[in-house]
Amino acid sequence: MKAVCVVAIGNVPPEILEWVENVAVEWFPWPVRRLQALDLPEGSFDTNRGQYQSVEIMKAVARSRPSDAARILGVTEVDLTIPMLTFVFGQAQLDGPVAVVSLCRLRQEFYGLQSEEVLFRERVVKEVLHELGHTFGLTHCADPTCPMSLATHIGLVDGKEQRYCARCGEQIGQRIASQDGEPL
Amino acid sequence: MKKVWPILVVDDEEVMCESMAAWLREDGYRVDTAPNGLRAIELAGSTDYAICFMDLKMPGGLDGIETMMEIHRIHPDASIIIITAYATVDTAIQAMKEGAQEYIVKPSHPQEISMLVSRILKLKKLQSENAILRKKISRSYRHSDIITKNPRMEEILALTRDIASLRSTVLIRGDSGTGKELIARAIHYCGNRADKRFVSVSCAALTETLLESELFGHEKGSFTGADGQKKGKFELAEGGTIFLDEIGDISPKLQADLLRVLQERRFYRVGGSEEVSVDVRVIAATNKNLAEEVQQGLFRDDLYYRLNVIEIRIPPLRERREDIPLLAERFVERIASELGKDIAGISGDALKLLIDYDWPGNVRELENVIERAIVTSHNGTLVESDFSWLKQRSNQGQNWEVPDVPLAELERRAIIAVLERKRGNVKDAAAALGIDRSTLYDKLKRYEIAH
Repeated sequence: MKAVCVVAIGNVPPEILEWVENVAVEWFPWPVRRLQALDLPEGSFDTNRGQYQSVEIMKAVARSRPSDAARILGVTEVDLTIPMLTFVFGQAQLDGPVAVVSLCRLRQEFYGLQSEEVLFRERVVKEVLHELGHTFGLTHCADPTCPMSLATHIGLVDGKEQRYCARCGEQIGQRIASQDGEPL
Repeated sequence: MKKVWPILVVDDEEVMCESMAAWLREDGYRVDTAPNGLRAIELAGSTDYAICFMDLKMPGGLDGIETMMEIHRIHPDASIIIITAYATVDTAIQAMKEGAQEYIVKPSHPQEISMLVSRILKLKKLQSENAILRKKISRSYRHSDIITKNPRMEEILALTRDIASLRSTVLIRGDSGTGKELIARAIHYCGNRADKRFVSVSCAALTETLLESELFGHEKGSFTGADGQKKGKFELAEGGTIFLDEIGDISPKLQADLLRVLQERRFYRVGGSEEVSVDVRVIAATNKNLAEEVQQGLFRDDLYYRLNVIEIRIPPLRERREDIPLLAERFVERIASELGKDIAGISGDALKLLIDYDWPGNVRELENVIERAIVTSHNGTLVESDFSWLKQRSNQGQNWEVPDVPLAELERRAIIAVLERKRGNVKDAAAALGIDRSTLYDKLKRYEIAH
């Protein structure tokens, strides 16, 4: 039976992985399985920027994907980036099986503020929905309250709701029904 | 909408290309990547990229600027965004001088790139809409859209084609509703000024002072309410055409001002002290007989001769009855579609009624009559009863109710009506009118009646 796999890259508190798993259980029709945590891949740290190259993390997650994993979602505490951008909240293969979410910029502490667990948890839910949405072929939504809308700063993440808009929800439902959720 | 604008990312670093492409694809764009200039040019040969992100430095072969110039040769409208590191900003600025639209320093904040892409595409969408509208407008005024099989109208269309690219002033004469502005637009949109503006001014609709300000603009404070400088229609029509409708109604002062513009192509804004030069073609129109107005001292003869370089007289609809069925069918097709009514055409009886009617309001009246019939009709075809009110109007016209027009116009109409009844036979028409043939020929010439 197919599954959604969740994997930590580096150290990630188990309760956060549990939040991630709950989101997957709520929205997708497959059992959710946690894999053994991966080490941060060698060579993924960009010494000039002090950040991790998201592409390398994605490759490591893809390599660890079990054959029954319809989707695999990597979760990491480190700050991710790609060469062109100063940071990314996460990354996903559009209509593919692999996605990663960085928790780093979802924490209030990153912005020099006091930790807020409820807010942090909400942000995690939204980012997980966002990256997994991409793996179902969804592109950015024009509705700023939908988790599939583009967020280029944390304020835009906070403007989102913790559920897909009707249109995006319907599209995911159709993808699951029409191709049994298989990535293209 | 987004997906119709393909994007190309050109960079020799695969990870840079692919991660950037993936990020843009998440936003819904179709994105291709190229590892070097040659591949980029090859891809541009088959895809019209809206935006190309171009690395400035690519080892071996073509560099970013050379690639950009080659892509611009293939797609002049492609927006090139140069990607650069801090160390090469000077070169990026050089690239902008060579035609790049923007440059971004990597790494950039996601919001910066997102806004840049969305700003460029918004501009492209507007440009594309603008081009479509221009094309649509120019298509609407093509000569082939002026429907006629009347020999005189065909001569007029041939003339408008011949004069379309000249700068000479044109005077269009014709009764109200004959389509003077349509002919003026056909001249403009078929000539070498088609990509510039066609500005229409109804001279009879405004008072002298308002019309003066409308035509020539005004400076701030030149009169009460002139809160700022305003360009006039002549300036707005720069490089294009100004259409001065009902020119016979302008005041003697404006006649003098207009004469000066026609002679010198320069004028002053109201309240202004600086001369403004313009390159504008003037097409004027009137339903008056300006030659008579000149004789009566109501219109300046020097202005008349300046305007009347090329004269076009559009016949009233009753003198081109053969066009009525064609025009009627075209109006039915267009108006029914606009109003969402399923009307296939006009019955034979209804057409006969339309052909026999005198159409004092000309083509405009025909269009309005068809619209009214379509609105009130409950049939799939317009039938005679849909125009019954027109019959009453027509009968009223036969009660010798003399319209409020000059005697010469009455004579002209009488001659046309008799000629039509006599199927163009001048001998019979002359007999019916009680004049000899040579007198009738004189009058036909004087009133410019084709026969």
